[in-house]
Amino acid sequence: MLKVDNLVVNYGYIQALRDVSLEIKENEIITLIGGNGAGKSSTLMAISNLVKKTSGTVTFDGRDISRMDPDKIVSLGIAHVPEGRNIFKKLSVEENLLIGTITNKKISKKEINDRVEEMFVIFPRLKERRKKSGGSLSGGEQQMLAIARGLMLKPRLLMMDEPSLGLAPIIVEEIFELMEDVKKSGMTILLIEQNAMLALNVADRGYVLQNGEIVLTGTGKELLDNPEVKKAYLGI
Amino acid sequence: MTEKLKTFYNKRKTIILLVLFAMAIALPFLIEKGSVMSLIVRIMFYIILASSLNIINGYSGQFNIGHAGFVLIGSYTLSILAQLGWPIWVLYILAGVVTSIIGLIIALPTLRLRGIYLALVTLGFSEILRLIALNWTGLTGGPMGIKGIPAPWFFGLRSTAPHNYYFIVLFFVIICLFTSYRVINSKVGRAWMSIREDDHAAMSLGVDIRKYKAINFMFGAFWAGVGGALMAPFYTFIDSSMFSLDEGFNILSMVIIGGQGTLIGPVVGSVVVNLTTEIFRFADEARLLIYAIMIMAMMWIRPQGLAGTSRSVIANRSLGKERGTFLKKLLKKKEVK
Ligand SMILES: Nc1ncnc2c1ncn2[C@@H]1O[C@H](COP(=O)(O)OP(=O)(O)OP(=O)(O)O)[C@@H](O)[C@H]1O
Ligand SMILES: [Mg+2]
Repeated sequence: MLKVDNLVVNYGYIQALRDVSLEIKENEIITLIGGNGAGKSSTLMAISNLVKKTSGTVTFDGRDISRMDPDKIVSLGIAHVPEGRNIFKKLSVEENLLIGTITNKKISKKEINDRVEEMFVIFPRLKERRKKSGGSLSGGEQQMLAIARGLMLKPRLLMMDEPSLGLAPIIVEEIFELMEDVKKSGMTILLIEQNAMLALNVADRGYVLQNGEIVLTGTGKELLDNPEVKKAYLGI
Repeated sequence: MTEKLKTFYNKRKTIILLVLFAMAIALPFLIEKGSVMSLIVRIMFYIILASSLNIINGYSGQFNIGHAGFVLIGSYTLSILAQLGWPIWVLYILAGVVTSIIGLIIALPTLRLRGIYLALVTLGFSEILRLIALNWTGLTGGPMGIKGIPAPWFFGLRSTAPHNYYFIVLFFVIICLFTSYRVINSKVGRAWMSIREDDHAAMSLGVDIRKYKAINFMFGAFWAGVGGALMAPFYTFIDSSMFSLDEGFNILSMVIIGGQGTLIGPVVGSVVVNLTTEIFRFADEARLLIYAIMIMAMMWIRPQGLAGTSRSVIANRSLGKERGTFLKKLLKKKEVK
């Protein structure tokens, strides 16, 4: 479904991605793990075309989207839930959700409202706070709002950048359960995590990123059993 | 207090709006003095101008300080074409359309600029327009300005008198506030606010930043143009000195004092600033000092403006952080892509 080939990204003279290639198949959960500054976020941003690629290509359903405008990429069905709960703090929960559908020009008002209600079924806590400003939510609620906003699009590929960062374990668990439900509904997920243990447990396959390069790849289980991964990322 | 007012308003919206409308209609029949009516009409011009600037600065977070340039285009478009005999009613709208197109032309090359950089461009553009108006004597009358701009016919009357012209301005104020309200509560308005709040997040959600910023400038410029066009027949005379940078700052101060990013803010700001101007008329140039003090006091005590909803810095510490990000945004020069 999505294919990344020989991706190189530079920020000035800092080389963030040296040569990244990966492939995601329909209805998989793929995780990208790696330490701080390994280039995980940069990979997602390059797929969404939010950073300039020095070289390399991204293809979605066989179509080259390397140079496509970010909003066109989103409208193809690739949603990006960015790092650090980038919700709109001064807008209400509901308005935040509505912005999630902005690229879909054909969608009717009724359909939008249905989707909002659907999100409230999945995230009952957001429903109670629908008129409250995004900034007044707790960290966990903000993360849920960010995910819900991404889901509003009914994307085919949902990319999430460290959704568990800074959240209480019980909420992290909730989010990971949600991911499995999302997969059951037919979506494909690309997940970035620092919590490699959790991520590899839900993932079909994973890639390990180090200094802007893919150093290892395999099924979730294979990576969990890999001694290097164990040492570097699982702390065992 | 503003919160309470807001819930009160939301509960009895229709009634309140109807009462306000009735009061607005009755006003000229209650006020005899032409000078007072004149002041009211002037405040209403500024309601349109400040609201249109608020669309740009308050809702999309772009930083335009050369709004007087847009007002100039509207004013001159009407004045020049009125002399050629075009009907004034048509010209009010046409002036808005022309200004809107100029707004787009300014916006296109500057869509990637942010904060202080965009501010500088708008400032330069405003000054350039003023200098053109001052020097292109053939078209604009140069330093002599344009005299004898006719007022439109209104129920068989030439409507120059403030008591009559009031109704024309009232009509446009209502349309301006109503359309702004509708746009802000639509997809377009939400896109603007998402850009204002966090343009990176907006982009990752697929908001076409350039498109919505351009629409934003066009919409703001349209109403600035209409506002400028409304002023010309009322004053019957315009010249380039009416559209100086000072004038741009004047409009900006109304938006800031009233409260950016709220519909009612610029209305409150226009009333407060114009009344202050009137009260301190004797102080002449020293008035500017009073504005400066007002703006600084506002930034400190109520950065959200008189009509803004969140609480003050003193009452709520966390706002201090937001001020910090505002400064950061102002100074950030990084391009969109
Ligand atoms: N805007 C930027 N300007 C300059 N350098 C950047 C920028 N963003 C990221 N980098 C650098 O690029 C490299 C990769 O960063 P990236 O954010 O992709 O890493 P990451 O794997 O997501 O890290 P983290 O786990 O901390 O989120 C790092 O060395 C980082 O310092
Ligand atoms: Mg990251």
